[in-house]
Amino acid sequence: MSSATAQRNSFAAVLWDYLTTVDHKKIGKLYLYGGGFFFLLGGLEAVIIRIQLIKPENDFISAGLYNEMITMHGTTMIFFAAMPILLGLMNAVMPLQIGARDVAFPFVNALGFWLFLFGGIMLNVSWLTGAAPDAGWTAYAPLSTTSPGHGVDYYVLGLQISGAGTLMGGINFLVTIVNMRAPGMTYMRMPLFSWTTFVISVLILFAFPALTVGLFLLMFDRMFDSAFFDVALGGNSIIWQHLFWIFGHPEVYILILPAFGIFSEIFATFSKKRLFGYTAMVFATILIAFLGFMVWAHHMFTVGMGPVANSIFAVATMAIAVPTGIKIFNWLLTLWGGNITINSAMLWSLAFIPSFTIGGMTGIMVATSVADYQYHDTYFVIAHFHYVIVGGVVFGILAACHYWWPLMFNRILNEKLGKWAFWLFFIGFHLTFFIQHFLGLMGMPRRYWVFLEDQGLDLGNFISTIGAFFMTAGVIVFLYNAFYSWFKQGPAPQDPWDGRTLEWAVESPTPYYNFKQLPLVRGLDALWLEKMEGNGKLAPAEPVGDIHMPNGSILPFLISLGFFIAGFGFIYQTTSDLAYILLYGGMGMALVCMLIRSLKDDHGYHITKEELEKEAR
Amino acid sequence: MKGWMGKIKVLFLMGLVSLVLSACGKENLTALDPKGYGAEKSFDLIILPTVIMSFVLLIVMVLLTVALIKFRKKKGREDFIPKQVEGNHTLETVWTVIPILLLIIIAVPTVMYEFNLADEADAADSLNVEVTGNQYWWHFNYEGLDIQTSQDVYIPVGEKVYFNMLSSDVIHSFWVPTLAGKLDVNPENVNTFYIEAYEEGVYWGKCAEFCGPSHSLMDFKVVVVSQEEFDQWVADMQNFDPETVELDSEVAVEGRELFDQYNCMACHAIGSSPVAVGPNLTNFADRTKLAGVEEMTKDKLVEWIVNPELIKPGNKMTGAYPKINEEDAAKIAEYLMQLSPSEITIENADGGLK
Ligand code: HEC
Ligand SMILES: [Cu+2]
Repeated sequence: MSSATAQRNSFAAVLWDYLTTVDHKKIGKLYLYGGGFFFLLGGLEAVIIRIQLIKPENDFISAGLYNEMITMHGTTMIFFAAMPILLGLMNAVMPLQIGARDVAFPFVNALGFWLFLFGGIMLNVSWLTGAAPDAGWTAYAPLSTTSPGHGVDYYVLGLQISGAGTLMGGINFLVTIVNMRAPGMTYMRMPLFSWTTFVISVLILFAFPALTVGLFLLMFDRMFDSAFFDVALGGNSIIWQHLFWIFGHPEVYILILPAFGIFSEIFATFSKKRLFGYTAMVFATILIAFLGFMVWAHHMFTVGMGPVANSIFAVATMAIAVPTGIKIFNWLLTLWGGNITINSAMLWSLAFIPSFTIGGMTGIMVATSVADYQYHDTYFVIAHFHYVIVGGVVFGILAACHYWWPLMFNRILNEKLGKWAFWLFFIGFHLTFFIQHFLGLMGMPRRYWVFLEDQGLDLGNFISTIGAFFMTAGVIVFLYNAFYSWFKQGPAPQDPWDGRTLEWAVESPTPYYNFKQLPLVRGLDALWLEKMEGNGKLAPAEPVGDIHMPNGSILPFLISLGFFIAGFGFIYQTTSDLAYILLYGGMGMALVCMLIRSLKDDHGYHITKEELEKEAR
Repeated sequence: MKGWMGKIKVLFLMGLVSLVLSACGKENLTALDPKGYGAEKSFDLIILPTVIMSFVLLIVMVLLTVALIKFRKKKGREDFIPKQVEGNHTLETVWTVIPILLLIIIAVPTVMYEFNLADEADAADSLNVEVTGNQYWWHFNYEGLDIQTSQDVYIPVGEKVYFNMLSSDVIHSFWVPTLAGKLDVNPENVNTFYIEAYEEGVYWGKCAEFCGPSHSLMDFKVVVVSQEEFDQWVADMQNFDPETVELDSEVAVEGRELFDQYNCMACHAIGSSPVAVGPNLTNFADRTKLAGVEEMTKDKLVEWIVNPELIKPGNKMTGAYPKINEEDAAKIAEYLMQLSPSEITIENADGGLK
């Protein structure tokens, strides 16, 4: 394992390699595979939801199953698709962008991934054991505390386990960016994607604990007879909503800010222009993140908080539109005067602008508290957040895939297929969601298993479902493209897009130690700078020397597996004493592995200077 | 360029389609044709930001389109390296300040309306209705009038009627889009708002907070009648005595006994009684819908009594009474279908449910 030259290619070897890897590039890919898988699962659930709503009073699936579908769709998409895919991109790209050889804590990085994966699997095992969670992805108490069966227990433990992983990931990125930037890579020379990674890591650090606490309280209420949310025993159910949204609102910025970073990179690269208003972009990002913590209660305008609270949260929410608007116009001005190439990556980015602007526009509308009395909990809100999450985050992820595929997989995605996927998905997206604004205002609340005949809602729902089919087709074409490019397309050249940032300065495929010599960064858009004013190569900041590398380890996998097993113990100890075996066994396994890690020194290994020189033929 | 034109066309077409659709939302359900004070206020604040933000969207679209037409890579200029502009302070100030101004235009009326709607000064002198949200039905207790109803709530036109809401189980949300925005019905605190209906009619209400399997079937109606009709209704309801209802057939009389035998009484009150484990059935025969959503026919009622689960999954009546055959159910149905204490029915509200 320790030497790259000792490459064996059998399946078992590859599997073992991935199970034990601590390399940020491989972990990035694992996140993409895992997140991609859950994205398909969540997508399937979405299609089932839309089929159920294709006509009034449909009985395609039962009410109970429908509630499980919507709960799992939301939970899966947010926590197990969008988040991990973004974390994967950050893992794959950010260290290269700042000129680092890996993240600060490679072991913790692997642990974060495995916790996410096992959390996601845990949640989905519920499909097989009888009942999936059915209290909505928001799991409002008392519905969640009183939901019968073990469904919501799976929700609690799945999220708790994966949430721990996310928190670790966030801390890891923070430390990495603070400590491991290449010489000359000052904060104000960092590419926007790395900046957004930095900012959302702060958000993760402060927002996730609120979720953790909420989930623990919910867990105690459900499994250990506490009554935090039980009104009859002196508890309060509204507290859950506060805890959930104190986490939940920053969460939407955790999702969208990296997408903003991605678009910033893509617009600059394909306009062949420096990002317009870089400083403003950075500060707008920070401002959005900061304000993002003060607005959670705009999800609760109808709870009955009173006019003072409602007004404050309404106005605070509107304020976020200002930095967001700054960003939109800065992107437009980046395009302005450029030399614009429109390829698939760019198509997704360009499509983002109107789609996201509509999402922002309806964002202001739902922030208008008095109007929100009508919008709240209706299809209008569904439309709004799909415009920002699909039109923003998913478009961003797909753009990033096209853009960074050569870096991550050493292939360029096929352009023709890319465009097909784009148009199918783009048209489908607007078809699905635009009409839902009106459905909401025409009186269709969200999370409705059926809508009644003769209420004027038939056509809108039908169109929406057709749109979902288009989106599905788009996803299938994209998937095909991924395989097609792998088998049919030759290796990608280094720097295929005439890039501007450091990740394009490393040779292709990226060596496992990233940089033989750390680069010396002389300004913003470091590579571009050298192309314009130097010889197109970054000057090394250090002589060729030994490189210190971490050893792989199976422990992160085993620790996560331990918690996973213990999770089942927690869930089933309410109904069976046998479950204690799982509970103690799993916890024991995790703790022993942690102990091993703590006691056994592992200093990693060195790639010697000679080896490096030999490799460079 | 072709792609872009296509995209604009698609957007335009969709806009058109949805406009047409918006015009034909159902008149007693849509929020787009308000017929009450709250809904009207909300509607004002739906329109204002829509107009302002559409203007912003337009600017963005124009800039984007022009940029793409003008600055897309041209033949012979493939290698052109544009000027690397850092930014522009004037421009950046402009698009910081203008949005702030636009937001102020939206924020000021929002705060004003927010306080206006929360004003409860008239509550003491107005009709107050205590609302209980239950999985999956609504109960209404007219405070001080000794009247209890479920599913359909009668109110006078042009008057502020205060609704004081509490849930008996999970959180629900009380929403009558055409009359007023929604308000959550929590288990821990009474939430109050008022409805002032401008026109008579039967308005469709829905539960808007996810509350379980039959969440989508937790409908109710607000029946708005004239003040005189309302007074008449109140008098009729108050004079109603379940013991002395005249039943027009033997079967119905038998049904009344069976209603008792099958323990239906444990949950359902007929007449004003605090029993409200299930809907109050005093004016059951005048209901707009069976259980809030189902057609009000005898066949459906029999189906409901035999197995309510088929109509409302997860409801709290299923399995809570002795197993009943269709024959007995039909007799009970016959009885229930005669519970119509008042001359005033939904027909008085502008012709009934549309
Ligand atoms: C455990 C208490 C309980 C018992 C016993 C019970 N019901 Fe119900 N009933 C309910 C509840 C709760 C509902 C409301 C269901 C819903 O809409 O979710 C209901 C609804 C109804 C409705 C529809 C009411 C409306 O307003 O549209 C009818 C009719 C009805 N029950 C008849 C009966 C009959 C007849 C019996 C006896 C055979 C009976 N119920 C026994 C609890 C009960
Ligand atoms: Cu409800």
